[in-house]
Amino acid sequence: MAVKLQIDHLTKRYSLQREAKQVLALNDITLGVNDGEFMAVVGPSGCGKTSLMNIVAGLLPYDEGTVSIDGKKVHGPGTDRAVVFQHASLLPWRSILGNVRYGMEMQKRFDEATMQERAEHFIKLVGLSGFEKHYPGELSGGMQQRVNLARALAADPVVLLMDEPFAALDAQTREFMQSELLKIWTKAKKTVVFITHQINEAVYLADRVAVLSSRPGRLKKIFDVPFDRPRTLQLKRDPRFLALEDEIWKLIEEESDRMGMVVEDAI
Amino acid sequence: MSDEAPRQQSFYEKYEAAIWGFGSIGLILGIWEAAWDAKMISPLFFSGPSAIAKQAIYAWTQGNLKGDLVYSGTNFTLGFLAAAIAGVVVGILVGWYKKVRMLADPILNALYATPRVAMIPLILMWFGIGMWSKVFIVFISAFFPVLVNTVGGMRAIDRDLLRAARAFCASDWQIFKTVAIPGAVPFILTGIRQGVALGLIGVVVGEMFGGSQGVGFMVAYGGQTFATDTLFVGVFIIALAGIVLTWLAERLERRFSQWRPER
Ligand SMILES: Nc1ncnc2c1ncn2[C@@H]1O[C@H](COP(=O)(O)OP(=O)(O)OP(=O)(O)O)[C@@H](O)[C@H]1O
Ligand SMILES: [Mg+2]
Repeated sequence: MAVKLQIDHLTKRYSLQREAKQVLALNDITLGVNDGEFMAVVGPSGCGKTSLMNIVAGLLPYDEGTVSIDGKKVHGPGTDRAVVFQHASLLPWRSILGNVRYGMEMQKRFDEATMQERAEHFIKLVGLSGFEKHYPGELSGGMQQRVNLARALAADPVVLLMDEPFAALDAQTREFMQSELLKIWTKAKKTVVFITHQINEAVYLADRVAVLSSRPGRLKKIFDVPFDRPRTLQLKRDPRFLALEDEIWKLIEEESDRMGMVVEDAI
Repeated sequence: MSDEAPRQQSFYEKYEAAIWGFGSIGLILGIWEAAWDAKMISPLFFSGPSAIAKQAIYAWTQGNLKGDLVYSGTNFTLGFLAAAIAGVVVGILVGWYKKVRMLADPILNALYATPRVAMIPLILMWFGIGMWSKVFIVFISAFFPVLVNTVGGMRAIDRDLLRAARAFCASDWQIFKTVAIPGAVPFILTGIRQGVALGLIGVVVGEMFGGSQGVGFMVAYGGQTFATDTLFVGVFIIALAGIVLTWLAERLERRFSQWRPER
């Protein structure tokens, strides 16, 4: 299988303004994501997951290493990537239709008719037909996150980057959104990097789960998730699922203990 | 907007606020008129509703009330429009370009901190006692609220939206058009509303200080000559103008923040 996204020896330091010193956030990360693969990234809080995603998105400068897509190094944001942010980050003065069109309008890759057609298609795909004229303020958190997802998909990226997109949702909506995402991913066939700190979510969604160590983030281990697709929520009760979840859990707990932290509740 | 059927509202429900509002005004006028009728009020220092109404009709038909209204209205409109346009344009430039901000901030802060009334004698010296001094007083009264709010709106740009725009490869110009300006609109309209109120004060005070025309002059003259009726006609006109203009500005504000969720 061809590698789509390659992260090579990536190192990121933040310089603190008050003290004249630097904080190492990511340390020598090497990670390849295959074409069409769903890669989840988990790790303790503050280990650099968001930093990693912002770097891949081209929104954050880094110190060493390279990020490349299809073998080409990336500089800054590009039309080959789209981001689904943790906060929906929708323009409150644009309707749902306007928001889903937004990424395409900025990138100017499609003509007017195609933009309209794609926007309508992806609004339907995320199950929001009939809400085109509504404003984000009139939608629930889960619906806003679906608009966020539709906006990213409509921009037709090669790689879809998602930073804890369901973290703000309640447990039920979250499970629903996970199933929806799997359905959409099956249809849209994108390469996905999905950041989360819920192990359960990572195992349910992903083909592989990359575990980062606590700060400075290093790649600790990559787990293969062997379960067949399509997956249903029943899978979460399968003993093999629970065993894998437990194994990853223990690894992260070890990491957190090393840092003297309490692991966040993962359920 | 939504397709839920609007519930039938009774006349009372629909106009509840208006009914109570006009009710209270009517009650006060009634008590006032009764007291005036019973000669409990000195016509030298105060007046009664009927006397004021009579004076208003007289001034409209025989006197120069129409001319005064046109004069004040012109002063206000010219000064306010210039202030709104200049305030928004300068505010956008100051808010968007860091260099312009560094350049303009000290001057604007100094001017903003100076009470506008303190400048009136100077303005009269510059522009004379004719209408242009009034227009300018309205201008500087209304300019600063528009400016300050516009700058605030441009700086209150939402970090999350900025990041999302960047992620979709938006250029600076696209960010300006799609994130900064729409985000600043509610702030600008708040500035306009405040500018209307302060501009109105400006026109009245300006006309009080010099000249021989306008509603402000009418109030000042009425006071000096103990023509209390005339004075009250002026005060009521100013109050009415304030209510109507603020109401219009609020409508405008609401019209442009349709997207805001209900608070
Ligand atoms: N702008 C910044 N300046 C300085 N240090 C920063 C900055 N942003 C992040 N850091 C540091 O870098 C580390 C990684 O932060 P990051 O937000 O990437 O972590 P994360 O894994 O996404 O955490 P969480 O799970 O809590 O979202 C943190 O320890 C943080 O203190
Ligand atoms: Mg994070």
